[in-house]
Amino acid sequence: MIRAASKAGLSAMLVVPLTGCGGNWQSALDVYGSAAISLKHLIILIVAVCSVVWMLVMIALIAALWRNRDARSSSPEPGRERRMTMAVIGAVVATVLIISTFTVMSFIATRALTVASQDDLTVRVRGLQWWWGLEYVGPDPSHRFETANEIHIPVGRNVRLQLEGLDVIHSFWVPSLAGKQDLVPGRPNELTIRVERAGVYRGQCAEFCGMQHAHMALLVIAEPQEDFDKWATAQRQVATPPTDEEAAAGLRTFLTKPCAACHTVRGTAAAGTTGPDLTHVGSRRTIASGMFETTRGSLAAWIADPQTIKPGNNMPLVPLTPDELRAVSAYLASLK
Amino acid sequence: MAGVLIGLAAALAGCQREERQLRLDPPVADALDKIALMPNRIGGAPPEVYFKLGKPYEANAYNLSQGKRLYTWFGCKSCHGDGQGGSGPAFLDGWWYYGPELVSIFASIRDGRPHGMPMFGDKMTTDQIWQLAGYVQTIGSYEGQTAAPSRNDEKQARPAENRAPAKLLFDEGPSPVHLDQGPTP
Repeated sequence: MIRAASKAGLSAMLVVPLTGCGGNWQSALDVYGSAAISLKHLIILIVAVCSVVWMLVMIALIAALWRNRDARSSSPEPGRERRMTMAVIGAVVATVLIISTFTVMSFIATRALTVASQDDLTVRVRGLQWWWGLEYVGPDPSHRFETANEIHIPVGRNVRLQLEGLDVIHSFWVPSLAGKQDLVPGRPNELTIRVERAGVYRGQCAEFCGMQHAHMALLVIAEPQEDFDKWATAQRQVATPPTDEEAAAGLRTFLTKPCAACHTVRGTAAAGTTGPDLTHVGSRRTIASGMFETTRGSLAAWIADPQTIKPGNNMPLVPLTPDELRAVSAYLASLK
Repeated sequence: MAGVLIGLAAALAGCQREERQLRLDPPVADALDKIALMPNRIGGAPPEVYFKLGKPYEANAYNLSQGKRLYTWFGCKSCHGDGQGGSGPAFLDGWWYYGPELVSIFASIRDGRPHGMPMFGDKMTTDQIWQLAGYVQTIGSYEGQTAAPSRNDEKQARPAENRAPAKLLFDEGPSPVHLDQGPTP
């Protein structure tokens, strides 16, 4: 009875950590970016070879202990010294070979991580407490636009990310696509990502950056070139003016209350740059850097009390009447 | 023995952390907005709740740091520089056109002042205006303070905020800082 229970407990304990390996939401073992793929191959090679070496060493150790017991009584056999010397030399040669191979493999993997000479798209990623500001820059200044927390990229293209922190050090980490790269204030870093399969990949800040570090997530959405072009064209547009009365009232509230001092909605008078660009906030999957799915309700909850939802963040609690809150959330949800 | 106990008490006192008031209840924010200004809008008294809260915008380092960020975010630098002034008056010299009291600074930010100071009452929340006012006061403070905002990451164009600077500028010297206004405030 006790045995069965302990067995069940043990298997439950094993299952819990193993479930962490499943799913492609955010895992360095489930890779779709060229950098992450080469890193995964490298780590699997190293783990496999080291496991074999460890087992051989253990076998040799046990064999040595075993042999020693008999050897003590009998006299040393001829040629033993010579065999031992050969074994040691063999082990040294094997060690040198293995480590050299690792060095070469590691060098090859690192080459795959370096910034590609040719990129198809450049995105400036700014790390802030606690969200990600994104600026798509193109050769043509009219193609430039801003968004936040959700990076859309075309599949199979090199995307150059220019990373910079604007307040403290953050780190960009999308485990399925690439390794970590820090966003340091005053020192731009670069990271090239290339995704081989369409999908949604979660990433998050990987350098402790303050109270809400854990709530600083982002999504990378890789899609076919046509879909990406369609998305980018839509993002470049200014916000569509509200069509119904409630959303129009929401826009008025947005412009007269402190909202517009920090947020931009292109096509309106709101041009603040401290907070995320909200021109197409309704088209993003999440708000508040991955805290909620974007719905009118979650937008209203966030505006009503941002300091309870994400304490310490820089969005202040702006006192609004219930009607104003309803109108503003309707307006923001309509910004597709 | 007594020495050990005192040492222990001192060590334990070191564990006390400053508390951050991250969320101001809307009724408290409302009350904090109701400052009593003199008729000429210079000087006055903060609402009673301000003292009940323990003067949070002067004595709390977190609020001062937030004020420092707001100073940049709301474009104060474009007129007042890093405190040395520009098209707007300087703060560093400790010469306050509307007096050095926090309520005056709060009123200047919230309602604006003649000759170009815009009002921020519709752009910032009450909490933010208090934070910013507290920070601006430290720039031209007459006395050094124990609470200080965080350091600058960018180049520091002036002394740190928690030094006691302005007073020195009013010392009688070979050349007074304010030629037109005299060496003393």
